[in-house]
Amino acid sequence: MQGKSVLRAVSLVLIGLFFLFPLFWVFLMSFMTNADILRNPPSVIFSPTLHNYGALISGNLGTVVGTQKIDYMLNLFNSFVLSSGSVILSLILGVPAAYAFARFKFRLGEDMAFTLLSFRFAPPLLVLLPLLIYFQQMGLYDTYFGLIWVYQLITLPLVLWIVRGYFEDVSEDIELAYRLDGHSWLQTFLRISIPLARPGIAAAALLSFIFAWNNFIFALILGSSSVQPVTVGALAFITASGIEYGQIAAALVLSIVPTLILALFTQRYLVEGLSLGAIKG
Amino acid sequence: MAFLEITGLNKAFKGHAIIRDLSVAVEKGEFLVVFGQSGSGKTVLLRLIAGMLQADAGDVRLDGQSLLGVNPEYRDIGMAFQNYALYPHMTAFENIASPLRSRNVPEDEVQKRVHDTARLLRIDHVIDHLPRALSQGQKQRTALGRSLVGRPAVLLLDDPLRNVDAKIRYEMRLELPRLLRSFESTVIYVTQDYKEAMALGDRIAVLVDGTFQQVASPHAVYDAPNNTRIARLFGDPPINLLSVRPAGTAHGLTMRIADTMVALPQTDEALVGRECMLGIRSENVGVSLESTSGIPVTIDAITPLNNRLVMLLRCTDGTEVFASCPQGGPLEGLRGRHQAWADFDLAHALFFDTNDGARL
Repeated sequence: MQGKSVLRAVSLVLIGLFFLFPLFWVFLMSFMTNADILRNPPSVIFSPTLHNYGALISGNLGTVVGTQKIDYMLNLFNSFVLSSGSVILSLILGVPAAYAFARFKFRLGEDMAFTLLSFRFAPPLLVLLPLLIYFQQMGLYDTYFGLIWVYQLITLPLVLWIVRGYFEDVSEDIELAYRLDGHSWLQTFLRISIPLARPGIAAAALLSFIFAWNNFIFALILGSSSVQPVTVGALAFITASGIEYGQIAAALVLSIVPTLILALFTQRYLVEGLSLGAIKG
Repeated sequence: MAFLEITGLNKAFKGHAIIRDLSVAVEKGEFLVVFGQSGSGKTVLLRLIAGMLQADAGDVRLDGQSLLGVNPEYRDIGMAFQNYALYPHMTAFENIASPLRSRNVPEDEVQKRVHDTARLLRIDHVIDHLPRALSQGQKQRTALGRSLVGRPAVLLLDDPLRNVDAKIRYEMRLELPRLLRSFESTVIYVTQDYKEAMALGDRIAVLVDGTFQQVASPHAVYDAPNNTRIARLFGDPPINLLSVRPAGTAHGLTMRIADTMVALPQTDEALVGRECMLGIRSENVGVSLESTSGIPVTIDAITPLNNRLVMLLRCTDGTEVFASCPQGGPLEGLRGRHQAWADFDLAHALFFDTNDGARL
């Protein structure tokens, strides 16, 4: 028994190291100069520098042949706008739709839900070219709204399908009880159904935020540098005079932090079994 | 015109009829028990009355007004659910206060009425708890309080005692009628426990195959069930049903029960020569070890049940009959098989048609 649990702990540590080591290394790299990073053999002993972060925040990328302007902070801001905008729009559209799909049987209902899901099957490249042409004609190219719209392909199906499952788990009797107490359908939806599906809504929001945050291809094609997020902005570190590994690492760390904080914050909702004790048991 | 009138109600799901041509009239302040086994359509009926489901045909009228197409929130109907259906994210207080909140009752009035109701139901000490912190009995009382506090015109109780333990069930069975009278409620109470139905109801409506096959007082349903199905549903042990063919003689009617000829006190000529079912309850079958009259039987098993002794008797032709007698008699403590004589009290006998089971 003792040996078994030791073995378990050891293998858990090994698995953890395997997956976390790249992150750890990136974290170290973000405090190294390019010379330290490229040293052979690599070493964890070096004199740490905040130079990489300084360059990102000031927007002056120092390379061997001189400084170059970059707008990484703008990229970070864009990522925020695009991801939160997409999630908010998806929640506004997706939560009521998820409720409808969960509660009501209507003609073509399943087909509609499945069509929305199928957006996740198609490779984005397939639709990008026509989208680009539409976007240019409609004036949506290189706008936040255009990108948030196209991000719905990523976030809306996630919200719809995750939240739908949670609404299906909300007891119809609880909703009926609230209606019989004299509350309208809308009040019941807002004060009973949504609070009870809150863990699901939080999970869906978090997941779709991360998916939107990580998206690369839509923003690369459908926007210019003024609206592009960090994923596209990181390309700027591949310069004519070489690759700035230290600054890439620092940029990566900065781009991970928001999603990490969000995940830690919403974790509470993810595990909160709200409907516990609602029904007998 | 009755207070609540249900006429010709029909509801089918995917071509399968659940409620068929169901009608009943409930008077104001009446306590009507809807009794039926699981799957008989009790819950669907309540949902039709509450407005959660739309009927395919028929009408529900409350105080003369049709409720067809009226949303649940405007029906003035309170309901307590079998699974309580409490709002898990609200305290017991807010759960009970919910019907008052929807009517914008002033806060001090809400406080007063919720606390009064909670005191009556003896849950005032846990009023600030969330449902998950309540015991089964407290949850059930909270659900009851929520359905009562708004003094709805009609109160639907969906087997509210089903999921509570035996002690609370007995307490509530005694308390409930007094409580509901104090609220002057018109009550439709659904249960699948015939004893509960007999104990609580002014009248019992027996729901079989989606329709009321009998609506009558508890006594009438027990003593004069409309058909064999209802007769079987009431009584523990179940009623004995034997095939007989009464014959007319110079001294009245007689019939053969398990190779023995017995005389019938009934004089109904319509029974003569007719194949029918004799229904007789276990308490109307007397058993004696010494008697020489009556029908010879073997006592196969004896078991105590609710202060009575229940016996399984086997007649000479193999027919099995249940008999019961008060505990403490000479049969107490009897073990193994015994020869005995059974005496059928045929004044209480019921006769049913062999084919459709209807009482004759």
